[in-house]
Amino acid sequence: MRVITVAAKDSGGQERASKQSEQVDDELVDETGDLKERHAKLSEDVDDVLDEIDEVLETDAESFVRSFVQKGGQ
Amino acid sequence: MSVQRVMGSETEYGISVPGHPNANAMLTSSQIVNAYATAMHRARRARWDFEEENPLRDARGFDLARELADASQLTDEDSGLANVILTNGARLYVDHAHPEYSTPEVTNPRDAVIWDKAGEWIMAEAARHAATVPGSLPINLYKNNTDNKGASYGSHENYLMARTTPFADIVRHLTPFFVSRQVVAGAGRVGLGQDGRANGFQISQRADYFEVEVGLETTLKRPIINTRDEPHADPERYRRLHVIIGDANLSEISMYLKMGTTSLVLAMIEDRFVSVDFSVDQPVRTLHQISHDPSLKQLVTLRSGRKLTAVQLQMEYFEQARKYVEDKYGADVDEITKDVLERWESVLSRLESDPMSLNRELDWVAKLEILEGYRKRDGIDWDNARLHLVDLQYADVRPAKGLYQRLAARGRFERITTDEEIRRAVDQPPVDTRAYFRGRCLDKYADSVAAASWDSVIFDLPDRESLQRVPTLDPLRGTKQHVETLIDRCRTASDLVREITGS
Repeated sequence: MRVITVAAKDSGGQERASKQSEQVDDELVDETGDLKERHAKLSEDVDDVLDEIDEVLETDAESFVRSFVQKGGQ
Repeated sequence: MSVQRVMGSETEYGISVPGHPNANAMLTSSQIVNAYATAMHRARRARWDFEEENPLRDARGFDLARELADASQLTDEDSGLANVILTNGARLYVDHAHPEYSTPEVTNPRDAVIWDKAGEWIMAEAARHAATVPGSLPINLYKNNTDNKGASYGSHENYLMARTTPFADIVRHLTPFFVSRQVVAGAGRVGLGQDGRANGFQISQRADYFEVEVGLETTLKRPIINTRDEPHADPERYRRLHVIIGDANLSEISMYLKMGTTSLVLAMIEDRFVSVDFSVDQPVRTLHQISHDPSLKQLVTLRSGRKLTAVQLQMEYFEQARKYVEDKYGADVDEITKDVLERWESVLSRLESDPMSLNRELDWVAKLEILEGYRKRDGIDWDNARLHLVDLQYADVRPAKGLYQRLAARGRFERITTDEEIRRAVDQPPVDTRAYFRGRCLDKYADSVAAASWDSVIFDLPDRESLQRVPTLDPLRGTKQHVETLIDRCRTASDLVREITGS
């Protein structure tokens, strides 16, 4: 069988996807903020998250977790 | 080099049919892969070309005898399990008893995240399509690494390195880095020990499954440094470092830093820049201890006698990297390298001062915050099945059910990519590696591609008696710049082969 190489001389000149998406400016990581206040805010925020998670969590956690059995992989 | 180098990731997804723990995972994994392949409407399915695969080649310079190898190591034998090569240059297939997605080759950690995230989307789509087959049961897929009952499955990283770098240098400088990297890249886990029997939370999904320092195995006695040496490139010039110690990340920042900082450390090793020996006393035991202490206070003892925390050890690597980049590039540093360094420093300093402030960036912190929330609100402890369920469901790939997916959609995770970029990467290859040639060929000439692999595309053409194998041994050729106009003007694969062979 004939072996063929893709023709092209230079291998440089890579184009990169360079546009960085804008960083989310987040008050929670503002290092000048007061730590205690920040933690209070955090836990309020977490309560909202838990409410949302409650709605989507699989029912019967015990049997769901028990039946998640995998074969080993790499 | 900077953070930029040829790299990629491979992820084995957890798979289950709810209510049917004994479902045959090889079969269900095949259903997933086949469902996606069918949905792509491919008349012909290209095979994987195994010609250049050497899974028993060891980086230390010898081949493992085939009869001494475990059956799971013989990955070059076509098992007849489902396998597709995608138009984005990726490979979607069944490995052991899991569906696996291997990204196309990319050149930087940001693209690595984009094409890895495309894999999550592909898995979710595959499961959705599989469920539409009449009579089929729904199949769930999880981007995690353990069932908490003793089984672990991998998410591997690959980095192309200079062949001239002595392997002993890689082992010496990379081991302490890998032992401590989990404080940034860990995905978090409920359960301690391989079977998860002991109660508690740990930083890493994978740590407890690592048992030795260096070795060729990936499924038994897993080593911190894996010595598989299949470069899928010119072996005189390159080695491919096959990293098996990472967790599968959902968080973009965790994954971006995991691959970006590893690439930087490799660059320093290649350039012999690391001046300090951070060798850890008892690295395997230390790896487990760090994972088991989310308070981050666990001390690591270096062979020099020095003691420091994992975060401080990472900070040492960061300091070296900062100096290295400054010495080598100064103000000419590229944007991604600069960004990786800035984020790495920021993450490490906040891990020192206020770890929970990383709840929007790191998988293990985000997961721990939710779990602690449940413990507090519902007064439950680590043995409670709901906490185990939160751990599992965090990694569910479905947009409506996966906890990471839900929270990310609500803007609760910091990101470095956009949905549009990820959606595009589902179908389109990176433009700056040979994956571009592979992906475009699969897209435009699907009916004529008999097989493909990382380093070849094989055509079956009506006007030629023998198969035409086009080797793509150089990962940085066959890029958009090289072959776009060629592929654009060749209507058929026969035209393409005629043009590149000149006959």
